[in-house]
Amino acid sequence: MSAALALVAVVLAAVSGLPGLVLPRDHVAADRSAALLLALAALCAVAATVSLVPSVPEQTLALPWLVLGERVEVGLDGLSAFFLLPTLGISSVASLYAVAYWPAHAHPRSARRLRLAFGLIAGGAGLVVISRHALAFLAGWEVMALAAFFSITAEDEREGVRRAGFIYLACTRASTLALIGAFALLHAASNGFALKALPGLDPFACRALFGLALVGFVLKAGAMPLHLWLPGAHAMAPTHVSAVLSGMLLKIGIYGIVRFASLLPPLAVSDGVFVLVLGMASAVLGVAFALGQHELKRLLAYHSIENIGIILMGVGVALLGRSLGHPEVELLGLAGALLHVWNHALFKALLFLGAGSVVRQSGSGELDRLGGLARRLPRTALCFGIGAVAICGLPPLNGFVSELLVYLGLLRAALLSGGALGLLAVSGVAALALVGGLAAACFVKAFGVVFLGEPRTAAAAAAHEAPQGMLVAMAALALACVAIGVAPQLAVPCLEAAARSFDPALGARLGDLAPFGSISLAALALLASLAGMAAWVLRRRLRPTLRVATWDCGYAAPSPRMQYTSSSFAAGLVGLFHWALWPQLDAPRLGRRPFPGTARLHTELPDPVLDRLTLPAARWLAHASTWFRWVQRGRVHSYVLYILVAIVLGFLAARGDLG
Amino acid sequence: MNWLEALVHLAVVLLVPPLLLGVIQRTKARVAGRRGAPLLQPYYDLVKLLRKDVVLSRTTTWVFVAGPAVAVATAVLASLLVPFGERVAPLSFAGDIVLFAYLFGLGRFFTIAAALDTGSSFEGMGGAREATFSALAEPALFLALLVLVSLRGSLSLSGLVGEDTHILWVTAVAPVALACLSLFVVLLAENSRIPFDDPATHLELTMIHEVMVLDHSGPLLGAALWGAAQKLFVQSALLVRILVPLPDGPAPLRWVCFLAAVLALGVVIGIVESTMARLRLRQVPMLLVAASLLSAFGIVLLVR
Amino acid sequence: MSELLNLLLVIVLLFNFLMLGTSRVRAVIDAAAAQGILLGLAYLTMHGASGVRALALGVAMIAIKGVIIPRILRSALRSQGIRREVEPFVSFTTSLLLGALATGLSVIFARTLPLTAADANVLLIPASLATQLTGFIVLTTRRKALTQVVGYLTLENGIFIFGLTLVEAMPFLVEAGVLLDVLVGVFVMGIVVDHISREFSTIDGEELTELRE
Repeated sequence: MSAALALVAVVLAAVSGLPGLVLPRDHVAADRSAALLLALAALCAVAATVSLVPSVPEQTLALPWLVLGERVEVGLDGLSAFFLLPTLGISSVASLYAVAYWPAHAHPRSARRLRLAFGLIAGGAGLVVISRHALAFLAGWEVMALAAFFSITAEDEREGVRRAGFIYLACTRASTLALIGAFALLHAASNGFALKALPGLDPFACRALFGLALVGFVLKAGAMPLHLWLPGAHAMAPTHVSAVLSGMLLKIGIYGIVRFASLLPPLAVSDGVFVLVLGMASAVLGVAFALGQHELKRLLAYHSIENIGIILMGVGVALLGRSLGHPEVELLGLAGALLHVWNHALFKALLFLGAGSVVRQSGSGELDRLGGLARRLPRTALCFGIGAVAICGLPPLNGFVSELLVYLGLLRAALLSGGALGLLAVSGVAALALVGGLAAACFVKAFGVVFLGEPRTAAAAAAHEAPQGMLVAMAALALACVAIGVAPQLAVPCLEAAARSFDPALGARLGDLAPFGSISLAALALLASLAGMAAWVLRRRLRPTLRVATWDCGYAAPSPRMQYTSSSFAAGLVGLFHWALWPQLDAPRLGRRPFPGTARLHTELPDPVLDRLTLPAARWLAHASTWFRWVQRGRVHSYVLYILVAIVLGFLAARGDLG
Repeated sequence: MNWLEALVHLAVVLLVPPLLLGVIQRTKARVAGRRGAPLLQPYYDLVKLLRKDVVLSRTTTWVFVAGPAVAVATAVLASLLVPFGERVAPLSFAGDIVLFAYLFGLGRFFTIAAALDTGSSFEGMGGAREATFSALAEPALFLALLVLVSLRGSLSLSGLVGEDTHILWVTAVAPVALACLSLFVVLLAENSRIPFDDPATHLELTMIHEVMVLDHSGPLLGAALWGAAQKLFVQSALLVRILVPLPDGPAPLRWVCFLAAVLALGVVIGIVESTMARLRLRQVPMLLVAASLLSAFGIVLLVR
Repeated sequence: MSELLNLLLVIVLLFNFLMLGTSRVRAVIDAAAAQGILLGLAYLTMHGASGVRALALGVAMIAIKGVIIPRILRSALRSQGIRREVEPFVSFTTSLLLGALATGLSVIFARTLPLTAADANVLLIPASLATQLTGFIVLTTRRKALTQVVGYLTLENGIFIFGLTLVEAMPFLVEAGVLLDVLVGVFVMGIVVDHISREFSTIDGEELTELRE
């Protein structure tokens, strides 16, 4: 039953764009139909999850199709349900946002295509999550990846959008290639295409399989150094597509890693160490890069890399716990990673939707052209502020809970193991602390420069609040962030079910290990005290008797452009990390004359893996291949000669068989 | 949880921190050869500020008011995690070290946001410096606490410093000393004391914390100063509980010893501030990284 | 009978050499036409006695290979105003040496194949291979598109010679295949030649190098 409901949900999501094709082009019903179908799909997913009775670990449904000799099966277990919920939930909220953000009458060329592709992303991702047959998995993966390409390039008249789309396409092709290799190995090992557990696999095959799968899934999840496509795609796509990319697409990569790890026997310790180190590097470098960004959506994209790093740290801790036989460490790490999947989906989507509202209303995403938007877009500012506090992992919101779980996993691992592993866990804690500090610095910068202070340009000064539909979508996500932060016990049943699907031998209960009750208490106490202070402020004598210009130590005539810019704010930290970031600075040469003229200063942070490594390597390869151009002569004669040579060689080779 | 002790705890954190500030100021004055202001001067200042009217800037929003409010709320809530004179803090659970650090992070977030809210370049500068240095202080704090976690095997602050702290000094002097030194550096950094920031400077370009509250006035400034004092008190309390094993006697004795130790630490802070000069800003990150390395070295000593 | 067949095949081989050594386009086309007639005669010597059908097929073959196709080629030569020299990449001496080498290799190779006694006596296999290789050499070393068409026809002739050995085994298949090949090949080449002469102002294959970036 649950599997059938899940399948219905996936199908509804996939076809959500179809009614828009037949409805009149400019009519608002076309937009609304897609949102309605996706909302229905999300409700079906919730129903499927609820109907998955805890005692039955998995429910499967065999479809009446035979592919390569095996029936296609879809199933719903704890892990699949855990990932299906945010997949369809975030898509549905984003499509609700898109009704007001990307209406058909404002974008006649791209709206229909975008709706169709958007539904297919959700449908494909849902299929990946519920499929139990390797080829259904790959089919869903491909549909999702290609539909994402078409969604990213919705505004393909812009050259930057096309470039970002092509880089994304190249990366997703590479990831699919790696996955095909992994599934081929899986088929060789299990002699079939069904995704079932392989407890007896030998270590070498395990490692090869996991390694290939890791390459493919990490390319999709976007951890460093395979994150090439992420910043460009997020910056250039329409905002609700970026929200879905960050909130949902990256998590499908994580789902793949966790699912593959669950199929294999406990991996070697070095594999868990590798995943943990990869997560640490991705987290620290991701947030360091985010600090140097001056465009809002690119900044959020790099923070996605950071959060994927945190999730991978949790997965690494879980794998280590499983290899070393410490169930509490395994459960805490896995619960932290999975809960962070939900949390990141919620607050990153919220942040992207807020950023979309800002970009749409003020016309630009450049941080140094904005400012003072809290007075003009108050509700957007509040929602974005909630998202910012959540992503920094600060109490009382949801980011804190999942980061606490990962901390607890690392701390317990540090206590239980000595020597090198203990030191690794300790450095993981230090890295997570550093990441938290840097993320707070980056988001206070983003929030402050965009929403606070005075508007830096006339466009920002003229902005007004976003339409109702966009605000409702943001408010729903903000409420969910607060809910999980204050009452994390709500998520515990799903987490435990997912953990049991991952490793049925896990007997520990999450409630015993993690102090959810105390967290709720602390969060409520904090909120209550803040509410009390707010009430006191509003009621008593804290009404301002005077509103003046900013005193600023008596500075007489400040202008909005004298405010601290985002690059100045982050300059200290970017300078500290210059060994990893390689920032570019175009400073003016002031010359020797006494009165210098107008000058410009420009700072830029090109992505090292993309701009300094991959693209130059591609250009060198293109240049080096010109050495081989002589093979391609353009004369028919040469080609016939090649055919002749091939035939003669064939003769000579076949002689052995004949003679 | 003993309700009476919890109430005493709350009263201490609400009322005593300005006294700590007074002790520090008095010590600095005496070392400089002056008589100094009365010990209770910070209380007089707070009352004076509370009686003033509220003047707000046209540029600011609700974030400006939220800054001091969140600073106070987070400091008080964080104090509930640290055992003062009692054996077990009013709120204690496995993993509360993380909550302790992140509560102060929340307070810092809103303080910096309140600074950016004014649209002033001085406050933006202060916010940028505060964000940079606190990002580096976080790992140092965690590593210092990790030394204690490795020694005691507990993940709760009450378990780390609650009882039998003399055992720490007997069994592993070197790592604990390194951790305490590191914690002291973090204390000075987070609370804007010399050598990181001069609380008595009048030059905006040299300020960090002072410049963030430049536009706060009246009751809001009072709340900001009170929150800062509470933060200093709570972090000093943590350091004191590691350094000084409290006698195993009745509760009033423990509380008196605790308060005396905290004020003594205030005197030490005053002497450090009087004898050292402020570091150049470029050297501050190096000092914070050095503090992290000290604690890391302590952990290596333990784990090997 | 096999002596007559051998004689015909030897003459075909000689025409191969003529095709390789001449510098006139007209001579190349005539050599191909002559080969076509000879192959028709060869077919008739092998199977002419088996009935009217075989007779008709043989006559048709002579007509198509020997008369019609060469006529189309000559008219193209005339109408396009093509220069009458062959213009090879390698010199004529080299082409002849290559042809000799190809023939020698074909004979040696044919010896290594497990043939039946009847086939082994006749020059069918070596002649077939040699003619195909000659066709390849013409295709790869002659610049003009028209001479390339003739090279293709020579290649087809070589394949046809090979098909002669299979006539008893699959009678319909061989004939139909060969005829269709010839027809389709001619049609395609005719269209290509026509188009090339319309797209570019010459059907010189040199211009085709514009395909390369």
